[in-house]
Amino acid sequence: MTGRNTFTRRRFGQATLAGTALLGAPLPIRQALAQGGPANLKVGLLLPTSGLQAQIGQACRRGADVANEVFADMKMPVKIDIVNYDTETKPDVARTQAEKAIDAGCHMLVGAFDSGQTIAIAQVCEQRGVPLIVNIAAAPQITEQGYKFVVRNFPTAPMLITGALALHKEIFKVSGKTPKTAVLMSVNDTFGTSMINGIKALFPKLDMPYELVDTISYDPAAKDLAVEVGKAKATKAELLLPVSRLNDAKLLVQEMVKQRWEPMGVLNPGAPGLYEQDFLKTMGKYGEFMISNVPWLDPKSAMTQSLEKRHAAKYPNDQLDLNGGFTFEGILIAAHAWLTAKSTKPGDLMEALRKSKIDQHVMIGGPIQFDAKGQNVNIKASAVENLKRKPTVVLPLESAAAPLVFPMPSWNDKRRT
Amino acid sequence: MTSDFLLSLAQAITKGLLTGMVYGLMALGLSVIFGVMRVVNFAHGELMVVGMYLAWMGFEYLQVSPMLSLPLIAAVFFVAGYALQRGVISPFIGRPEHQQFLLLLAIAILLVNACLAIAGPDSRGVQMESQFDSYELGPLVFDAVRLHAALVAVAIAGLLWLFFTRTRIGKSIRAAADNHMGALVVGLDVKRLYAFTFGVGAACVGAAGALMITIIPVTPFLAAEYTLLAFVIVIVGGLGSMTGALLGGLLIGVSEAVAGLLLQPSLKSMVSFGILILVLLLRPQGLLGKNSQ
Amino acid sequence: MNLLRRLTDGVPSRALWCLGLLLVGLLVAPAVLGKYGLSVLILILYFAYVGQAWNIMMGFAGQLSLGHALYAGLGGYIAAGLFFHYGIGPWAGLFVAVAAASAAGAVVGYLGFRFSLAGVYFALLTIAFSEFTRIAFDHWGWVGGSGGLFLKVDATVNLLNLRGGPILFYYVILALAVGAFILCRLLLESRLGRYWLAIREDAEAAQAVGVPVLRCKMIAVVISAAMTALAGVWNAFYYNNLFPETAFAMGRSIEFTLAPIIGGLGTLFGPIVGAVVLTGLGEIFTDLSEVFHISGIKQIFYGLALLIIVMYRPAGVWPWLADRFGFGEKRR
Repeated sequence: MTGRNTFTRRRFGQATLAGTALLGAPLPIRQALAQGGPANLKVGLLLPTSGLQAQIGQACRRGADVANEVFADMKMPVKIDIVNYDTETKPDVARTQAEKAIDAGCHMLVGAFDSGQTIAIAQVCEQRGVPLIVNIAAAPQITEQGYKFVVRNFPTAPMLITGALALHKEIFKVSGKTPKTAVLMSVNDTFGTSMINGIKALFPKLDMPYELVDTISYDPAAKDLAVEVGKAKATKAELLLPVSRLNDAKLLVQEMVKQRWEPMGVLNPGAPGLYEQDFLKTMGKYGEFMISNVPWLDPKSAMTQSLEKRHAAKYPNDQLDLNGGFTFEGILIAAHAWLTAKSTKPGDLMEALRKSKIDQHVMIGGPIQFDAKGQNVNIKASAVENLKRKPTVVLPLESAAAPLVFPMPSWNDKRRT
Repeated sequence: MTSDFLLSLAQAITKGLLTGMVYGLMALGLSVIFGVMRVVNFAHGELMVVGMYLAWMGFEYLQVSPMLSLPLIAAVFFVAGYALQRGVISPFIGRPEHQQFLLLLAIAILLVNACLAIAGPDSRGVQMESQFDSYELGPLVFDAVRLHAALVAVAIAGLLWLFFTRTRIGKSIRAAADNHMGALVVGLDVKRLYAFTFGVGAACVGAAGALMITIIPVTPFLAAEYTLLAFVIVIVGGLGSMTGALLGGLLIGVSEAVAGLLLQPSLKSMVSFGILILVLLLRPQGLLGKNSQ
Repeated sequence: MNLLRRLTDGVPSRALWCLGLLLVGLLVAPAVLGKYGLSVLILILYFAYVGQAWNIMMGFAGQLSLGHALYAGLGGYIAAGLFFHYGIGPWAGLFVAVAAASAAGAVVGYLGFRFSLAGVYFALLTIAFSEFTRIAFDHWGWVGGSGGLFLKVDATVNLLNLRGGPILFYYVILALAVGAFILCRLLLESRLGRYWLAIREDAEAAQAVGVPVLRCKMIAVVISAAMTALAGVWNAFYYNNLFPETAFAMGRSIEFTLAPIIGGLGTLFGPIVGAVVLTGLGEIFTDLSEVFHISGIKQIFYGLALLIIVMYRPAGVWPWLADRFGFGEKRR
């Protein structure tokens, strides 16, 4: 957390600002103060910790909160000064908070989960020449804008989909069961739309063994998915591919049980929802055996084990998932850049970021490296199956912590306990 | 028209009717408050969400089923509503609408964020076996939780009707609503009646919250949706009309379900707003509203 | 000169001096303020401008709209869509944007006024139209549906296409805010303005003495929608991305109404003072809430502040300030 000193200093700046915004009293004092800080690396972490996305924003923050302890466990000679900023799930707040973070002397920014807010921050970083490490945000546009100060350690929607669909074939091969038809159900919001468009565009190219029989999109504020599930069931598809958020994932499964719809499997092609702690808790035995094809923490990595331990110690009631994992990696990437650059000058840090090659990290995939556009292309999708109320890696085999169960046992099967 | 289609239509209508009853109970609270005091409760959905959280807490920490904690929640809401009216809202009665709007908006912001600060942003739900149950009647399938919730909502609406037609205080409230000056003249304590009314309206929405939590999990940010939904229902049914609120609830419940079946489901709330616009233009007093505004 | 005289007529010279100083301060602000300060000032001007636009409808003509996001969203989407698909710059695009938003305003207004909806009923009609449009845009592929519309970000200053850094956008929104202020002053002094006030106070009486009520209300809603559309265009090019979920959100509409109500409905300075108070409070509470580490605490402070203001200064902050400092502008 921020030290007391930093706080007073910033408060002082704020008070001056509030009083003098219109009179135009000199503010350089404040900047001088901000720059006179210690030579530690100061990272501004911008996340939506209140407002509509508060839940995920807070999950992200927890991953960063234990970062310094994990670095100590891993004997990394760094300690990072992480300053938290709340974007309130609003792009305009994200923008002012980014300006504020940079004025307060942050050398790098990490954030901001959502594409709209991330782009607002990216523009500020671009104008001010301060590196931004995107922890999570899937809109392809972020790395297509020619930004010079932005790197992203998260797959774009097309990457998520390609990885997920490749894993579907893998799942069918390992289990020896191949469904012939599938139905897509998607929440109609920013993320859902880009996933659906991506799936429709990529599907013909990927030579999938099953046919997509229908796409059913529903309102993000849906209070009941009875009709939607009824429609999906009527297609008699053997596979359900849900692109959901959390609440609708719960409604979806409740409805499937009630309507006694038992497809061969529920394979989430890269969305949140099915692997979340709250889903697992609320759905109980009915949440078991659903598979999410998402980037996940590599249980075989020593750093992941340390992260899991530290996270469990600090937040015993919260599950560590990809949100916390990627946000931790955002801080890790910043730390590495600092170690390489041996300087807090933005230009040096950015140079170091571009040359990053981080072999030891927490998410499944190759070393963290960025291409010319600033995109990490080494992230690999995994298959995470809900087993014993815990999302468990089942594929790729080299990272698997348990064997795959597919097809999904029926709702009344004894394996559901 | 295949029989398959007719069956799923019948199924959608049943589902809509059941959910619509709970919507109706929620909207009833808004309608009672407006009908009597002419104050538009912009914090209505927020009250609903608080009700949902209270029921969730009872379940999570005390293992009490929402159906059992419902009377207690309604009682707490009655007292809170009474106090809120007496302490904060009372001076605003008869003031311009935008001031009432701002006042209740401020209350709404406080309620939502208090929920966020206390219960956190995670969605909270109760786990009951009945959520996965259903009853079958011929070819129709009835959701167990929805059926239970709808029955309780009907019972509460019935009680409310008895209250307004059979008790002295209920009759006085109706008198004050019909004729404010007259009520003052015959010596009714209007301030107290208003506080009582707000209490009753809040109790309705609190009860609706306890029922709703059995159907869907709660997050603080559902509140704005519910405020809007309650308004749509009440305007469609007729602001100030109790039967209108119930009818509006059923109508919106059914239209959402049927629209989900016939159109792309993500378009279904467009239909509710379409109905609202039509009602506003063609019959602004609402389907069962008495006089024009 | 004539215009200047009309503007300054009857204003105490002390107030004129203050106003002049304020304007000079705003003109040099980018040179003095830090980037963060500038971004806050931009937000203040944005809310002051939109508040001014909304105030015409509610503060002057007495029509409560809670759906102004509709006009801002339409304006932004149309100008951004034209630029994105056909490379038509915003200066040309804004005519289409303003025309479309005015038309939308005219439709909402006509339906509402024709069927004599007032107060809450009219407000709900505006919400319904705005929500309706939100869902429609969610499904409209040309603007990217709910996936959003992204403009290419370009920091090189290009006035023709409204591309550039925050300083450019600061001066544009400052010009808009000043323009809106002057326009509102002229409108208020005009015959139309007096008709509006008559309608606001008592529409039936106004009708009886021969005020063309329907026409006046229509003009109010069209001007207000057109001005709001400009804010939408500015907003789209400043943030470079648009999502129906935020552009047409009811929360956005409500944000637009706060500055004028808090500042003082129906006054010229109300929206400006309200924007300063609300945005300033927001930033102060953000800092204050860093001590607590409780999510939502900032909004709790904010809600409390709103509650206190509306309970103790229900007519707004500006009329009270003006009285205390003798600037003399009252709510008309």
